[in-house]
Amino acid sequence: MQVLPTPTERFIQGILPENPVYRQLLGLCPTLAVTGGLKPALTMAAAVGFVLLCANIITSLIRNLLKPHLRIVVFTLTIATFVTIVDRFLAAYLYQMSKALGPYIPLIIVNCIIICRCEVCASRQSVPAAAADALGQSLGFGLALAGIAAVRELLGTGMLAGYPVLPESWPDWVIMVLPPGAFLTFGLLLALVNWISADKQQGEGGGS
Amino acid sequence: MTPAPLTAADTTLHVAPSPHVFNMRMTVTRMMIDVLLALLPVVLAAIYFFKWYAVKQLLICLIAAVCAEAVFSRLRARPLRLGDMSAVVTGFILGLSLPASAPWYIGVIGSVVALGVGKMVFGGLGMNLFNPAMVGRAFIMIAFAGKMAASGYLVPGSGVDILSQATPLTLLKQSGQSTSLVPMLIGATNGSLGETSALACLLGGMYLYWRKVAAWEIPAGIFLSALLVGLVNDFLTPGSGWTFAHHLTGGALCFGAFFIATDPVTSPLTPTGKWIFGLGSGTLVMVLRLFSGYPEGLMFAVLLMNAVTPLINRWTIPRPFGGA
Repeated sequence: MQVLPTPTERFIQGILPENPVYRQLLGLCPTLAVTGGLKPALTMAAAVGFVLLCANIITSLIRNLLKPHLRIVVFTLTIATFVTIVDRFLAAYLYQMSKALGPYIPLIIVNCIIICRCEVCASRQSVPAAAADALGQSLGFGLALAGIAAVRELLGTGMLAGYPVLPESWPDWVIMVLPPGAFLTFGLLLALVNWISADKQQGEGGGS
Repeated sequence: MTPAPLTAADTTLHVAPSPHVFNMRMTVTRMMIDVLLALLPVVLAAIYFFKWYAVKQLLICLIAAVCAEAVFSRLRARPLRLGDMSAVVTGFILGLSLPASAPWYIGVIGSVVALGVGKMVFGGLGMNLFNPAMVGRAFIMIAFAGKMAASGYLVPGSGVDILSQATPLTLLKQSGQSTSLVPMLIGATNGSLGETSALACLLGGMYLYWRKVAAWEIPAGIFLSALLVGLVNDFLTPGSGWTFAHHLTGGALCFGAFFIATDPVTSPLTPTGKWIFGLGSGTLVMVLRLFSGYPEGLMFAVLLMNAVTPLINRWTIPRPFGGA
């Protein structure tokens, strides 16, 4: 039987080596749709983080009861429960944000990152490993979203999280807050991340 | 006597990405220099009508395009091929498609996007799907809509008379006013730098045709379809001062037909394909002019036809002699 990663390894892998956005290219729908500004991006990351953590813990607790042919249904039901909690919570306490994020909060139910983590980690490993995995993946997802959102909001409006950062004379690059800006920014950041890690690998290879 | 056996050198077919060079004296560099020579009358007309505004805009785009090509080649660890002049051509075409009064950063950002996102990301000259200059222009057109739209063309009190008039297509779109044909033919109207003088574009286009650098089918298709749609439109809306002749000489149609749509990398390879490409572009230009919110549609028309170029190429694969 293969040796599964320890909780610490799971946590670290989520941040860059198996980053859900830049490495696994999962969860791209929210990545492209809600990164027009830093605030919605961070709210989305927090919502996904909460759902992922809860879903991973529950799945890990019931992992010995799972039947292979029913596991996806169980994952989805678990996820849907927590998504509903997040959705209602946002509607109650952050109404404007809930309206701005629109359908993308309910859509977390079908976010592949969460089903992927339930399947890969939580349904096979103990609660600490599953929780560490959820935290690492959420952190990786949050960093990816924040990176894209920061570039788009800064170039598109000259602001960060709603606060003016660049001088008044900054010409807003309207395209960056529109959908094409999401694709361009995501592609270029993906290239940047690959380029940096390729450089690093080459450096390590040359050193050994 | 048996013929000498073929050596490896005889049997190797050289396959390279377009632009496809078809004789020994024609190289990519020579082709690009021909395009630059053909652009000469257009550039001179722009400088004559827009004075220092044109000089400034073209220099900005040129320098930014060459620098962007160098930086992106370096990033991708590709050999630097500034010598093939393709970056210079892209810089010129982008500059000529901008309003005279556009602020400096528009030219710079447009050039960087054109060379970076439009060309080098795909793998450099010959690999790009979309016309790089038009990718750059589309980016800044959407990013800085205010500076590139109707009001962006106006510079009150600049000392250059035509900069105080709205462009002919804007006048038509917003107030239904027509412009007389002679200024539109020679270029004494406001507009993007290179597009105002239909005559200069025609002159450059003739040179391209004489040098066999650009395919004649593409401009022919564009003019033919624009003429047909224009005539139908004249028939349907009689009495409007704006006729098919205005459509043919106005806006970027001439400039685009000769210099933008004929880019050998992003247009189809076969003569039939080139006809389809030209007719499609011309029809789309007219559809966008007549029915969209934009006064001019050449850029979007060419980009849309670029997107279907691989399909056109597949449809029009010639049947080899003796093949089924």
